[in-house]
Amino acid sequence: MTYDRSPWRWGKVALYVWSAAVVVFLIVPILIIIPMSFGSALSLEFPPRSLSLQWYVKYFTTPAWLRATATSFEVAVGTTFLATSLGTPAAFGLLRGRFRGRDLLLALILSPLIIPGIVVAVAIYLVFARVHLVGSPLGLVLAHTVLALPLVVINVTATLKGFDASVERAAMSLGAGPIRTFRHITFPLIRPGIIAGALFAFMASFDEVIVAIFLSGRTATTLPKRMWDSVLLETDPTIAAISTMLIILAMAVLVLPTLRRGRGAV
Amino acid sequence: MRAARRPLLALAPAVLYLLVMFVIPIVVVLAMSVTAPHVGLQHYARIVTAPVYLRVFSATVQIALGVTLVSLGLAYPLAYLLSTLAPRASIVLLGLVILPWFTSLLVRSFAWMVLLGQNGVINRALLSVGVIGKPLPLLYSAFGVYVGMVHILLPYMVLALYSVMRGIDRGLLQAAQSSGAPPWRAFVHVYLPLSLPGVTAGSLLVFVMATGFYVTPALLGGPHQTMIAQLITSEINEAVNWEFGAALSTVLLLVTLAGLAAFNRFLGADRLLARDA
Repeated sequence: MTYDRSPWRWGKVALYVWSAAVVVFLIVPILIIIPMSFGSALSLEFPPRSLSLQWYVKYFTTPAWLRATATSFEVAVGTTFLATSLGTPAAFGLLRGRFRGRDLLLALILSPLIIPGIVVAVAIYLVFARVHLVGSPLGLVLAHTVLALPLVVINVTATLKGFDASVERAAMSLGAGPIRTFRHITFPLIRPGIIAGALFAFMASFDEVIVAIFLSGRTATTLPKRMWDSVLLETDPTIAAISTMLIILAMAVLVLPTLRRGRGAV
Repeated sequence: MRAARRPLLALAPAVLYLLVMFVIPIVVVLAMSVTAPHVGLQHYARIVTAPVYLRVFSATVQIALGVTLVSLGLAYPLAYLLSTLAPRASIVLLGLVILPWFTSLLVRSFAWMVLLGQNGVINRALLSVGVIGKPLPLLYSAFGVYVGMVHILLPYMVLALYSVMRGIDRGLLQAAQSSGAPPWRAFVHVYLPLSLPGVTAGSLLVFVMATGFYVTPALLGGPHQTMIAQLITSEINEAVNWEFGAALSTVLLLVTLAGLAAFNRFLGADRLLARDA
C-alpha cells in the first residue's frame, strides 16, 4: 500500500459530507416544526421570538380536532386488531406452505403496498358508496385493513424465518396439542414480530390520508382528513402543534420496540 | 395430508378478505371503465385524444423519472457509506434514514409548506441575509414537488441500495486495487456493476410509487405539476364522473403493474420468503 492515497482520502471526505447533507435534508424539515409549534406569534416563525402553548391549547379545546382524533384512534385500533388476526396466520401459511400458487398469494398479499393508494381508495369508494360504508368508522377499518395486512405479514414472516420449527415438534412429541404448542412455544417466540406488525398496522391506519379523503364522508372525519382539509385552505399553526405530537408518536413507535428487544435479549 | 392442507387454511381468511375488499373492488373499477354508460372504449379514447390528459400523463412520468434520478443520486453515496460502517454506527444512521419514513406523509408535506412558502423559513432567511431581493417561488412549483417527493421516497431508495450493497464482498475492491487499478477504476468496474441490482430495484420501486403520488403534488405543486392521482380525485369527487375516473385509475394501475413485473424480473418478490440460513 505505497501508492498515492490522497485522492481516495478526499473521496472519503466527500462521501461523509454528502451523506451528512442527505441526512440533514431528511431530518431537519421534520424537526424544525417542533420549535415552531411553540411560537407565540399569530403565524409560524422560525426561530419563534417567544414561546407559548397557544396552538396546543387551541387543539385541545377545539371539539372538531378532538373528535377527529378519537375517530382516528377508533379506526386504527380496529384496523390493528383485524389486520393482526388475519395477517399472523397468513404469515405461517406462506412460510410453512409448499403448494403451487404460493408466490401468487404472496404477490396478492403484498400488492396493496405498491398499488397506488389512490387506485385502492377509488376502487373501495366506488363499492362502499353503494353499500352505505362511506362516512362510517367501520368502512375505514375495512379499507385500512387492506393496507395494513401486508405490513403484519412482512413483520411476522421476518420473525418466523429465524424461528426453529423443531422446538414446536419437540413440544408436540412431548404430548402438547397444537393449541398448547402455539400458546406456550410458538406465540412467545414470535411475539416481537406480531407486536412490530401491530405497531406498523396502527401507524399505517392512524396516518392514512388518501382512503380517508374518500371514505370519511361528513360523519367519520379522521385526524389526517381534517388536517388535509385545513392545510388545503391555509397554513394553520394548529397543524404544527398536531404535527409535533405525531412526530413524537412516530419516534416512540420507532424506538420502543428497540428498547424492548434490547432488554429482552439475554 | 391434513398437515399439508394446514398452511392453506391459515392463509384462507387473509386471502378471502383481500378478494372481497381489494380484488373485487378493483375488478369493479376495470369493468366500470369499459361498460358504463355503455360498452366500449370511449373513456380511453378520450384520454388519448384530449391534450389535457396527455399533458397530465407526461407531467406525471416526467416528475416520477426526475424524482427517481435525484433520489438515486442522493441515496447511492449514503447507502455505500452505510454498508461500510461498523454495525453500531450503521444502526444509528439507518435510524435517521427511517425516522422520516415513520412520520406521517401529511406532516412532512406540511413541513415543506412552512419551509418553502413566500413567507417561509427559507425565503425569510435568504431575504434577511440579503442574498435575494424578493421571495423565490419555491412553493407551488416544480421545485416544491421535487423536494417533497424526494424527501418521502429517498428512504426507500436508500434501503433498496443498502440491502444489495451489504452483500457485496469488499475484498473484491481491494483485490482490484492491489492488482494496480486506481480506486475510481476499481469502483467503476467492480463495485458499480455489483450494486446494479439495488439500483434497478430501488429505481423501479421509487418510480412506481412516484407515479401514484397525490398528497405531496397537491400541497406543494402548481397547476403545471398536476399528476394523474389529482386528476382521478377531481373526476370522482368534483366532476362525479365515476366511469372516467375509473378509466384513469385503470391506466395508472397498468403503469404500476408494468413496473411491478419488471421489478419481479430483476429482483423476485419471493426473496421475502427465502430462508436466511
